[in-house]
Amino acid sequence: MDRITKIKIGRRKFLRVSAMVAAGGVLLAACGDTVSPTNTPAAGTTTVAGGATSLKLGVLLPFSGVYTQLGLDIVDGMNLYFESIGGVVAGRKIELLKEDEENDPQAALRKTKKLIESDKVDLLTGIVSSAVALGIRDTVDQAKTILVISNAGAKDITGARFSKYIFRTSFSNGQVPYPLGEWAYKNVGKKIFMTAPDYAAGRESVEGFKATFVKAGGTVVGEVYPPFGKTSDYAPFLTQIQQAKPEAVYAFYSGTEAVNFVKQYEQFGLKKDIPLVAAGFIVEQDTLPALGGAALGIKSTLHYADSLDTPENKKFVADFTSKYKRTPTTFALQGFDSARFIVEGLKVVNGDTTNKENLVKALEGVKFISPRGPLEIDPTNHGLTQNIYLRDVVAGSDGKPMNKVISTFEKIQDINTLLKN
Amino acid sequence: MNLSNLSLEFLVLQLLNGLSLSMLLFLLAAGLSLIFGLMNVINLAHGAFYLLGAYFGFSLLNWTNSFWLAFLLAPLGVGLVGLVTEWGLLRWLYQRDHLNQVILTFGLAYVLADVMRWIWGGDPKSLPAPEPFNGFVQILGRQFPTYRLFVIGFSLLLALFLWLLLEKTRLGAIIRAGVSDQEMARGLGINVGFTFTLIFSFGVALAGLAGVIAGPYQSFGPGVDFDTLILALIVVVIGGLGTLSGAFCGAIVLGLADTFGKVFFPELAQFVIYAVMAGVLLVRPTGLFSRSPV
Repeated sequence: MDRITKIKIGRRKFLRVSAMVAAGGVLLAACGDTVSPTNTPAAGTTTVAGGATSLKLGVLLPFSGVYTQLGLDIVDGMNLYFESIGGVVAGRKIELLKEDEENDPQAALRKTKKLIESDKVDLLTGIVSSAVALGIRDTVDQAKTILVISNAGAKDITGARFSKYIFRTSFSNGQVPYPLGEWAYKNVGKKIFMTAPDYAAGRESVEGFKATFVKAGGTVVGEVYPPFGKTSDYAPFLTQIQQAKPEAVYAFYSGTEAVNFVKQYEQFGLKKDIPLVAAGFIVEQDTLPALGGAALGIKSTLHYADSLDTPENKKFVADFTSKYKRTPTTFALQGFDSARFIVEGLKVVNGDTTNKENLVKALEGVKFISPRGPLEIDPTNHGLTQNIYLRDVVAGSDGKPMNKVISTFEKIQDINTLLKN
Repeated sequence: MNLSNLSLEFLVLQLLNGLSLSMLLFLLAAGLSLIFGLMNVINLAHGAFYLLGAYFGFSLLNWTNSFWLAFLLAPLGVGLVGLVTEWGLLRWLYQRDHLNQVILTFGLAYVLADVMRWIWGGDPKSLPAPEPFNGFVQILGRQFPTYRLFVIGFSLLLALFLWLLLEKTRLGAIIRAGVSDQEMARGLGINVGFTFTLIFSFGVALAGLAGVIAGPYQSFGPGVDFDTLILALIVVVIGGLGTLSGAFCGAIVLGLADTFGKVFFPELAQFVIYAVMAGVLLVRPTGLFSRSPV
């Protein structure tokens, strides 16, 4: 065994192997993890006391790949709400049929058809990816199955590709920074540099911010859109920002990209001269621990802050934390609210899911006070009207950075409504 | 990019940005290239070892509160994992076809990825820049992070050290002897098996070093391992297989191409590095510095 035979690898072979690995890596990254948890309960109708059949709710969320955590957060939020009402609405037992959206429109379409055609679900909810939401839109619309979107923020879902059967209880990409534009013009600087990853959510976020910033009189001195999911070194862009000499920078990033951008922003000494304003995703529970001090002082807007000082939010945070042993994220809250939205609508029609037109009307009228504040559906496009909070990252009582709400913009509508005005 | 904004300072600063990225890529590719050049093994778990180095650095920093201790110990830890890998898994496959090594190391990359996710979770992590390199300096009236200057300086010294080690020392001579003619080396009383263990551990430790040195300016988490592996492979392909100078020049070319690609065509930045690779391969099919045209 101690004789080691050397086999020469040819260059071609090496290249072939490298190419194979590169392609494989990309593929596997797209497919995500090896886990595919579809713990779908057995299909079939169970009858509860009183004779009413159970309410079958199809839940389509990412349970593998990069958005796994978002999917888990949303499902946990939903379960928290359903449990708080005993798992029953209008005499019907609520039954969740979970499927993995896989962050892939093709796969998600297959799962949607399965849920609608063979599982015969009464309603659909979930959807993290905007591409998935737009990909299943026609199928859902034709089947007249009501879909309550609990994340995907693309403008077109409640705009150009509106469907009367689709509601969104999360946010729209442009809605989140919309009030920030004007605020930044008045309080931070008149000349802005804007940056976001080069994909729909990034572009739409910048569009929302820019709308009010420019209207207020501000000037855009530069903008740059690095490739989405492929950029870890922001140095060339930061040097460009120094060159453009803006008075403030608007950024939309999340996850790993947010950590890299914000840390490098500080390391290049930009933070002390050029204040950073951002869409709130940049400084959330997933990035704050890694950012540490680099996050302090960042002003951002979001439709939620876990530090909101309202009885509804305190109860939500306490209940979620005691049940799941972790603090709720914005996504968990969105799941919680989606569940409540569905339940409130069903109560109005007394649990009758067969008359779709009645249920649509009922859902259009739903209003309630969520942990994030008062919510109502915009009947013109089925987007959400909600508060947007301006938050400042400060050191909390435990020394760790946290978002402190410094101002509330009330009743901010869906971006499609806002841009029309 | 508005070309009228181009100024000397801007270009110099971007050059420094590019160099700091290049040097990081060099650290990354050096280990891969050494292992391939000396042992003829394609280590597809290289990216996983890079990420492991970053995570070791993260945990060591939390325990010891000293970046420099973490900086020193994390690569050693990764080297140790490499030693176990070579000794327990890889050495049984030297006699087999390369495909076996490729499959083994690629599988190992997945196992390590899952183990790391299990231990450190899915959220991105980063390391703070250490004293005295946690600030920035003025260069031509612009600010530049001191830590990046440190990365450039440190990597240049390390490149010099590696070159001297391999070319000018007795240890280097033993390694080269074990590589070029094993039978003869064995006949002269050199323990070839041990030499290979040493090279593999060392190459893998370099990946770990790259991980911990990158920690303060590039965050890390699941997925970074495979992105990193692909970059390292591109560097090695551009530079030519199995030589230190190839890894060095490949890293410079790729780092500058990526940086200036981002400056001039931000939306095409990802495409630029592949275009450069394709271009180099067309003009010099064996890479810029290949040891032997095969």
